Amino acid sequence: MSAVLAAGPLMHHDVPLGEAVSFWILGPIALAGALGMVILRNAVHSALSLAATMMCLGAMYMIEQGPFIGFVQIIVYTGAIMILFLFVLMLVGRDSSDSIVESIRGQRWAATLFGLGFVVILGAAVGRAFKGLKPTNLDQYNANGLNVRSLADTIFTQYLFAFELTSALLIIAAVAAMVLAHVEREGPRRTQKQVARERIRSGRPQPLPGPGVLASGNSIGTPALLPDGTNSEESVMASTPGRELPGEIR
Amino acid sequence: MSLAASDVVPGFGDQPFWLIVIKVLGVFVFLVVMTLFSIVFERKVVGRMQNRIGPNRVGPWGTLQSLADGMKLAFKEEIIPLLADKPVYFLAPLLSAVPAFLAFSVMPFGPEVSMFGHHTPLQLTDLPVGVLVVFACSSLGVYGIVLSGWASGSTYPLLGGLRSAAQMISYEVAMGLSIAGVFIWSGTMSTSQIVAGQDHRWYVTSPLIVSFCIYCIAIVGETNRAPFDLPEAESELVGGFHTEYSSFKFAMFFLAEYINMVTVSALATTLFLGGWHAPWPIHYIWAGCNSGWYPMIWFVLKVVAIIFVFVWLRGTLPRMRYDQFMHLGWKVLIPINLAWIMLIATVHVLRSRGWASWQVAVTVVIPTAAVLLIWAIAGEAKRHQNYVAAAEEEEAEARLGPAFPTPPLNLVVPKAPAVARASRARASLPRAARRASVSQQGDDDE
Repeated sequence: MSAVLAAGPLMHHDVPLGEAVSFWILGPIALAGALGMVILRNAVHSALSLAATMMCLGAMYMIEQGPFIGFVQIIVYTGAIMILFLFVLMLVGRDSSDSIVESIRGQRWAATLFGLGFVVILGAAVGRAFKGLKPTNLDQYNANGLNVRSLADTIFTQYLFAFELTSALLIIAAVAAMVLAHVEREGPRRTQKQVARERIRSGRPQPLPGPGVLASGNSIGTPALLPDGTNSEESVMASTPGRELPGEIR
Repeated sequence: MSLAASDVVPGFGDQPFWLIVIKVLGVFVFLVVMTLFSIVFERKVVGRMQNRIGPNRVGPWGTLQSLADGMKLAFKEEIIPLLADKPVYFLAPLLSAVPAFLAFSVMPFGPEVSMFGHHTPLQLTDLPVGVLVVFACSSLGVYGIVLSGWASGSTYPLLGGLRSAAQMISYEVAMGLSIAGVFIWSGTMSTSQIVAGQDHRWYVTSPLIVSFCIYCIAIVGETNRAPFDLPEAESELVGGFHTEYSSFKFAMFFLAEYINMVTVSALATTLFLGGWHAPWPIHYIWAGCNSGWYPMIWFVLKVVAIIFVFVWLRGTLPRMRYDQFMHLGWKVLIPINLAWIMLIATVHVLRSRGWASWQVAVTVVIPTAAVLLIWAIAGEAKRHQNYVAAAEEEEAEARLGPAFPTPPLNLVVPKAPAVARASRARASLPRAARRASVSQQGDDDE
């Protein structure tokens, strides 16, 4: 890193050589991560490739003299959002990969067509936007560690409205998520003490017998045997289809 | 990299390559030694707290115990579960350990010193956003834990991984908000300048004291230490996310946990406890205490003091229940933190407009503190009222008689029945009749 740093003043066209070299290292990794995210079948692997892409983008921001936005990219996108994604994906199950059966006729062809069209439009738009653009050095805005202050000045003056709109959008989303997840509680919440006392009064303070205790099988459908040899109905959940024990053991 | 001179905090722009290598090695060695030290220190201190001696066999006073344990761990057999997701299973310990080391690159150990004729700060590097580096690294460390839990292909690690994902994200919010208070107060995010700002007065003696308290609670959750060690709760999850790891990979997790502990302690020192500045009265007695290499002593002493508190907590408090833990994080720490940040910002603005400290105190700090205090007392009074009401209700219920079947106080224990058939016949009788027949039979036997 230091060797690259030392190469700072060396120029490649209008861009410092170090920046150009880092771009050609980080760019392919970011692209590979993005492709991996689409191609990999396992959801967690896919999420990890996306995280790699986000990390590369963060590093690129840092190289392009935006240390604050670079680290915020890593903290917010890689550290919080992707972790939440992973959190959900982990609950889905390890071996679940997406179905590759086409449910809409001709979906594949249509997707290819529209995808290519999108690439063309995007490429043209980005190409036009960057045509004749001259890279500038941000030294004067970043001088004396003022990177954050310059950013704050811009956000809270010139882009204040856009900033507030974005935050309003996020708040709406958060409220919507809370409404969807909200469950009305019936009556006051039972305390630990109440639960314990109700359990004592129920006549059965001990836990239900575990399935398969003293039985020949360990399926959850196998009832436990009571001391007199009969099946304990309580040991099997009501939703589980019951299974009789072999006759000789009974 | 084009991190041009202007990007860099003064003093860090022109370090020669060999100096950087020396500093990197220094930080690495410091962290490894601190890990070995903290393990023995923890076992010794916890031992003393439990009236034991602790490790005392290997080396003088048992000081080399963790070194021996580490060597043994590295040479143990490595077991990889059949169901493990191999690439992720290998990646997870790395993702845990590497960010832990990286985070320490912005910690200021001391002021400018002379190293081989070169004047340089005792700090590997610094950025205008230095503290965010620590933050980014700790948020990457979560990946190691979450992925190890998932990749092990086993239930307990998965549960541990899920718990830790929720826990670390929640407590990172509280931690970040308390750090935001420091940013507002000091006007910078670079660690070296935050320390420089505490030249005369540590931030912990300012209104930041509340941020400091919340930070201290949050880092315990962030490092998965007792009483917030739910991701690896050994009585519930065997070992949590690293149950299926062995040998060197397990050692990496262990290393990461202790390095993280050192890192958050060092960050607490840097942000609130004056960094490498000498504790208060020493400055008057010894003028040279804040120059040269001596400040490293103060820095390390402060870090060890915070680690001692970590150990103390572990030796004292039982593990929290998960829902209570989340309640504390989201409903207590974060709202208090947000309110306090507003207060800090207000005070900061007023002071920058030339208000004197006492004016700010009278108009802002004391009223806010009074409101918070009244709120807390009212809440406590209500809780007490509820408690009294519940106790009265309970007492009233108890007066109705025992709910659980208990034997009468004048029970005469009957003799064991002599005939099996008779006892079986009695079993079919209702209870009252049974009792009568028992006493009758007892009479007959006599």
